[in-house]
Amino acid sequence: MKKLSKKTRAGFINYGIIIVFFIIFQILSATGNLGSSLKGQLIPICSYIIMALSLNLVVGISGELSLGHAGFMSVGAFSGVVAAASLADVVPNNTLRLLIALFVGALIATFAGILIGIPVLRLRGDYLAIVTLAFGEIIKNVLNCLYVGIDKRGLHFSLKDEPSLHLEPGGKTILSGPMGALGITKLSTFFIGIVLILLVLFYIQNFVNSRPGRAVAAIRDNRIAAEACGIPVTKYKLIAFATSAAMAGSAGALYALNYSTVVPKKFDFNTSILVLVFVVLGGIGNLRGSIIAAAVLTVLPELLREFRDYRMLVYAIVLILVMLITNNDKAMSFIRSMVKMAGKKFRKEAV
Amino acid sequence: MVSYLINGISLGSVYAIIALGYTMVYGIAKMLNFAHGDVIMIGGYMAFCSTSYLGWPVIPSVLFSIFVCTILGMLIEKLAYKPLREASSLAVLITAIGVSYFLQNAALLIWSSNPKAFPNMVDLPNLVIGDVQISSVAIVTIIASIIIMIALTFFTSKTKLGKAMRAVSEDKGAAQLMGINVNATISMTFAIGSGLAAIAGVLLCSAYPTLMPTTGAMPGIKAFTAAVFGGIGSIPGAMLGGILLGIIEIFAKAYISTQLSDAIVFAVLIIVLIVKPTGLLGKKMAEKV
Repeated sequence: MKKLSKKTRAGFINYGIIIVFFIIFQILSATGNLGSSLKGQLIPICSYIIMALSLNLVVGISGELSLGHAGFMSVGAFSGVVAAASLADVVPNNTLRLLIALFVGALIATFAGILIGIPVLRLRGDYLAIVTLAFGEIIKNVLNCLYVGIDKRGLHFSLKDEPSLHLEPGGKTILSGPMGALGITKLSTFFIGIVLILLVLFYIQNFVNSRPGRAVAAIRDNRIAAEACGIPVTKYKLIAFATSAAMAGSAGALYALNYSTVVPKKFDFNTSILVLVFVVLGGIGNLRGSIIAAAVLTVLPELLREFRDYRMLVYAIVLILVMLITNNDKAMSFIRSMVKMAGKKFRKEAV
Repeated sequence: MVSYLINGISLGSVYAIIALGYTMVYGIAKMLNFAHGDVIMIGGYMAFCSTSYLGWPVIPSVLFSIFVCTILGMLIEKLAYKPLREASSLAVLITAIGVSYFLQNAALLIWSSNPKAFPNMVDLPNLVIGDVQISSVAIVTIIASIIIMIALTFFTSKTKLGKAMRAVSEDKGAAQLMGINVNATISMTFAIGSGLAAIAGVLLCSAYPTLMPTTGAMPGIKAFTAAVFGGIGSIPGAMLGGILLGIIEIFAKAYISTQLSDAIVFAVLIIVLIVKPTGLLGKKMAEKV
């Protein structure tokens, strides 16, 4: 048998983790051992994992700090909801409709990504970060005023209010400004969420080792040297940015179609930051770290429920402490030696 | 029209004061201090507590609020940012976000999420010129910001400490070789920035008298935008950016759309950055090859 390279093996371990995660939760829920609060968290966990993976593509592999990733999630969420609601009569099959909604979410988010990427990627460093933040806020603000309705003549859009949609009798409002989308049919399933994670993971892991992926990494490591080698910088940065937006869009659609109502305020600056925290705590550029951090940190506030009012405070302290400890050489070498000692002891006992 | 302009300048002055804090800290520590907005909120609560619960008069309670925020700023710098001075900028950013969460949630526990009605700090009659009425809060805000700007300009250009500050922001290593205590200077910058945040908090809450644990978040982001708008790291840039941002916001609210005003503000920022990638008064950086 041909020996697998280290990278390929690491990739297969990642798929394995996701599949094992899926099987464990399937067994738990089949035997009724899964708490209802955790059960409700499963699909959000999936979409946050996809968000973290997609942001890792921008922050880790392309090396650009983006503070507006929730904006793409929002675009995907609402376009997915509109697609699902307007196809309700045409496509009766729920799974098929979900897949179409995910695709539409990804497609519209890609457009948004390209549109935003062209001006944004000319900037560098902190200026790029602030512009992505600004775009995230603009998207939230516009969606907060967006009204979409459907009747026999098709879709209607308005930025003012509901009556200005001029719906025919029998028409339905899908998005109503700050109220968001009401009465969404819940389509998302855990299975589709897992499949989507595997797809995204498959794409990113192969992208990293592809020609464009290596070009993106070269640009990150030294933009000027890459440019001198004839790599078109803007093109490859845009590819990474738009792909990441597409993934975030499908994550948003998956997220929104899990709830009966979704408001635009959900996808604000804090959500962007939350996803960035997953990426940084998981290790920048480390996909497995992103997956684990996203899953653990989504569940953590639920687990801290005993602390009740203190849980977000504890969360903040944990966040600060983790950053302080992981960036302190003395503390890290202490932890490493402790882990080594524990490992030796464990091995001795096993013998 | 004139009253819109005055309101815009007044709001812009508050943004400018907050933006000064951002820009000074960025200039010296090269970090985006996301917790700055929450220091504003703490400043507002301190002034609220000392006037409403302790019944202090206006001036001592403002001074008290400045004092608490100054200490808080130095404490945050000492505990959270100083150990990370050599770490990557992303790690510092996440820590700043952690501090911001911490302050917001601590405020939530202490004062609950119910909005508090901020007492009227400026008990003066409104100014009436012809048929234009200008609120006293707006006048006080503008005067306070002018005083702060003059004092800060004097401080950074004439005093020894101010010169040390500029030296550290330009080149840390060289400043240290010249005998400047870099750590003390950075700590002082945080103290000044946080003290300014307290003043901004009191002025902001006087103009918009509802106080919540999230009060500081949005003005924080906008002031940060203002700092970038004017060219981050530049003190006159922060003043100019803040005032322009305030005027744009008020005019967008008045003439275009109330709901879309934030989107318009951010859109203007993006256009400016595309035309002038380092902000209005930002320094052009030569690229090393």
